Amino acid sequence: MSLKTPLGRARGLGSAKTGVSHWWWQRITAVALIPLSLWFAASIITMIGADYDAVVTWIRSPIVAAFLILLVVSLFYHALLGVQVVIEDYVHNEGLKVAVLVGIQFIISALVLVASIAILRIAVGGT
Amino acid sequence: MRAMKLPILENIEAGKHLTAPTGARRVKRFKVYRYDPDASKPPQLDSFDIDLTRCGPMVLDALIYIKNELDATLTFRRSCREGVCGSCAMNIDGSNTLACTKAIDDAEIDVSVYPLPHLPVIKDLVPDMTHFYAQYASIKPWLQADTPPPTRERLQTKEDRAQLDGLYECILCACCSTSCPSYWWSGDRYLGPAILLQAYRWIVDSRDENTGERLDALEDPYRLYRCHTIMNCTKACPKGLNPAKAIGEIKKLLLTRAL
Repeated sequence: MSLKTPLGRARGLGSAKTGVSHWWWQRITAVALIPLSLWFAASIITMIGADYDAVVTWIRSPIVAAFLILLVVSLFYHALLGVQVVIEDYVHNEGLKVAVLVGIQFIISALVLVASIAILRIAVGGT
Repeated sequence: MRAMKLPILENIEAGKHLTAPTGARRVKRFKVYRYDPDASKPPQLDSFDIDLTRCGPMVLDALIYIKNELDATLTFRRSCREGVCGSCAMNIDGSNTLACTKAIDDAEIDVSVYPLPHLPVIKDLVPDMTHFYAQYASIKPWLQADTPPPTRERLQTKEDRAQLDGLYECILCACCSTSCPSYWWSGDRYLGPAILLQAYRWIVDSRDENTGERLDALEDPYRLYRCHTIMNCTKACPKGLNPAKAIGEIKKLLLTRAL
């Protein structure tokens, strides 16, 4: 129960003056994922039956390694932005919302790092 | 479509059933949501069998017939009965629309009539629009200019005037906003399609000088960006407008000034 006026309630805390960059990067990563996913799927299909050395050689190419890292970063960043929207939509308890948002940022950051390090280790690491 | 739990709907009890008088020629059943805040009982769904030869062609005509002839306690808003005032917005056959422009012949065999979804119900088909109107006031829906007013009209080219077509026709009936899942979940902070269309109506008005301030006020993860282009708004609009497009245009303008 509050005696705040309807207009006061509607104005709330005012505009956060953010949102454009979230919206923009969600679309940038979506567009980037189209060629990257197609390239990755096509590459995997052409390597069906290839042996271990052939795949390692493929990843050792600087261009392939770069595109693999781009794929990983775009994919997980896109996922982070999307999950953030879902959480903001459906989690209405402020404390729980912040906790879940921080948690998902930790998880996504870890996944990006692990995947990138794995790619880099094959690409630039010793045999 | 995701199955949703709507406890308000699930708790509705079957109400009274009024059958049509003997000799009725074209009988149609209207199942009408009833809620009386003074009676401490759950909402009820009353059934009225109506002889269509005795009432007008629109759903609003049937509701007026029920109120005049069968049950004077039925409560609903109506005024212009020609799709201009927006008072009789309600959920008919599962879609938000104006009762006065919805033909009974276009409705299902049994016509279901509920108040607009996800607003507090004051009584029967009358929802509480307080927050919706407050949100409308919050976007300052009037012309703002710092240039001293001219001694005559504020001039506008025909092309600039055409920018307002598809926007100025909005009657603020709230059919679109109350059909929007994002407005259902986050309506306390999300402005919803009707208010955003109205905001865009002032943003594109060539005579208004506060475009930047208006965009500032909308640039917010909740006020604007809760729109996920679900498009229920455009489907629901009884005036054939496209609030989803107006929201998309606001997002484009925000991006344009950021890039």
